[in-house]
Amino acid sequence: MRLTCPLCGARDRREFTYYGAEDYLNRPAPDAPPQAWDDYLHNRDNPAGVTRDLWYHDMGCSSWLLVTRNTVTHEILAVEAVADRKGGAA
Amino acid sequence: MRYSGLRVITEGLFGNKGWKPAWRDPAPKAEYDAIIIGGGGHGLSTAYYLAKNHGMTNIAVLEKGYLGSGNIGRNTTIVRANYFLPGNSEFYSHSMKLWEGLELDLNYNVMHSQRGLINLFHSDGQRDAFVRRGNSMINQGDDAILLDREGVREMLPYLDFEQTRFPIYGGLYHPRGGTARHDAVAWGYARGADRRGVDLIQNCEVTGIDIEGGRVTGVQTTRGAIKAKKVGMVVAGRSSQVAAMAGMRLPIESHILQAFVTEGLKPVIDHVVSFGMGHFYISQSDKGGLVFGGDLDFYASYASRGNLPMVEHVMEAGMTLMPMIGRAKVLRSWGGIMDMSPDGSPIIDKTHIDGLFVDCGWNYGGFKAVPASGFCMAHLMATGESHPVAARFTLNRFATGHILDEEGTGSQHNLH
Ligand SMILES: Cc1cc2nc3c(=O)[nH]c(=O)nc-3n(C[C@H](O)[C@H](O)[C@H](O)COP(=O)(O)OP(=O)(O)OC[C@H]3O[C@@H](n4cnc5c(N)ncnc54)[C@H](O)[C@@H]3O)c2cc1C
Ligand SMILES: [Zn+2]
Repeated sequence: MRLTCPLCGARDRREFTYYGAEDYLNRPAPDAPPQAWDDYLHNRDNPAGVTRDLWYHDMGCSSWLLVTRNTVTHEILAVEAVADRKGGAA
Repeated sequence: MRYSGLRVITEGLFGNKGWKPAWRDPAPKAEYDAIIIGGGGHGLSTAYYLAKNHGMTNIAVLEKGYLGSGNIGRNTTIVRANYFLPGNSEFYSHSMKLWEGLELDLNYNVMHSQRGLINLFHSDGQRDAFVRRGNSMINQGDDAILLDREGVREMLPYLDFEQTRFPIYGGLYHPRGGTARHDAVAWGYARGADRRGVDLIQNCEVTGIDIEGGRVTGVQTTRGAIKAKKVGMVVAGRSSQVAAMAGMRLPIESHILQAFVTEGLKPVIDHVVSFGMGHFYISQSDKGGLVFGGDLDFYASYASRGNLPMVEHVMEAGMTLMPMIGRAKVLRSWGGIMDMSPDGSPIIDKTHIDGLFVDCGWNYGGFKAVPASGFCMAHLMATGESHPVAARFTLNRFATGHILDEEGTGSQHNLH
């Protein structure tokens, strides 16, 4: 499996560390109810098919990346830098 | 048909013509008292104990493929009771006791072999951690023996003791640990459940869960609608998809775990051995193949195959620990879909929907749990109360903070 980092180009999967689902980008407000924090930290859609999750390019440019990929075929559909998203990382 | 030595001899004398299929192939009825979704180890053992311990025989197991086509037939078969945390410790201890009587109970040879498990350690810090774990196992009433380096050398002379990178300081020896034949466990429970009247329905995928007024009323399947007032979701790696049919979002992420087997060799590895530096563990099957594995591939996946980096990592770890295995040829490698929970411990609980129960979150350790999981899930489905040894496997423990993080790695699905 290879991920195409927007800064570094196509690199081997070994260069990246997987963190978890896209949910980690939607951090609740500090005073959000416990249910919101439970959803953020623990509960997942966990789809068999297209998903979006966070990877860290630790052996490269140290960017956080939002990867769109298929969990059944391991096909990578898109890779974008979290920092480039509107509003940036929360 | 009861199996016995006499039966084998008699059948042998008469051309083995008397054997019958080990279970029926019934068509689904319109309604059951309870339905189990998933014909893996946990689903089949749940059905068995519902029938045996609670007299519920008008029940069905619905399996989308064939019985034992999931992880129950893909794992590396290690059975152990060496857990540390209260909550896990008593559960796996209970499971070990069930394993020890399983073959007589099922009248089926599951090839349970208590050949002993040795977890190696490679530093003073690791030794301290294993001493604590060993003491907690002994407190639970199970067995643990601390081996020093010479003690390990006596039992496992083939390890590389001379290396300086990961010197072997000793090992925690769990004599009652070992292995069992994975698919025989599924078959034994399937036959046992069938003999008590349970309908095992294969090629029957659940596609919907019917709920009326907050109560479960049945399921939709590829073989039609089936009614039941109690439904158990026991589908391991597919738990999120099935729970979504009931509008639920589980604290589960599915990950891939790989395993490997070599060509058959003469007996060379007599125990189950795990390397404390870099996850690697190995045993030898009764056919002679070396069966080994390591860590998850670490990213969410539903592909029943993994990627090369973990293959390399596992091979490197194996070669570091026991260079002799470098001469063996790997025959096959494969992967299974693991239902990873945020604390690495399982869930056996009710849901917010009346009559709907869930048994999942087995991570990569659910084979050893097959007997106790079915025992406790059956208890829960029959009585509505959690069995005491599974009382902490609640669905809401993440929200309330009562997590069971055996490895102490924190609340992230792929770190356990
Ligand atoms: C490589 C590997 C090594 C492992 N090694 C060990 C080990 O050494 N020791 C240990 O204790 N554990 C080990 N495990 C973990 C263990 O195998 C699992 O935790 C356990 O088998 C999961 O429970 P199960 O047997 O019920 O799952 P499965 O056998 O996967 O059963 C789930 C069943 O549900 C069915 N299903 C799914 N969706 C539906 C639907 N919609 N309708 C109907 N049926 C459905 C599936 O077809 C499947 O048969 C390992 C796992 C793997 C992959
Ligand atoms: Zn990069």
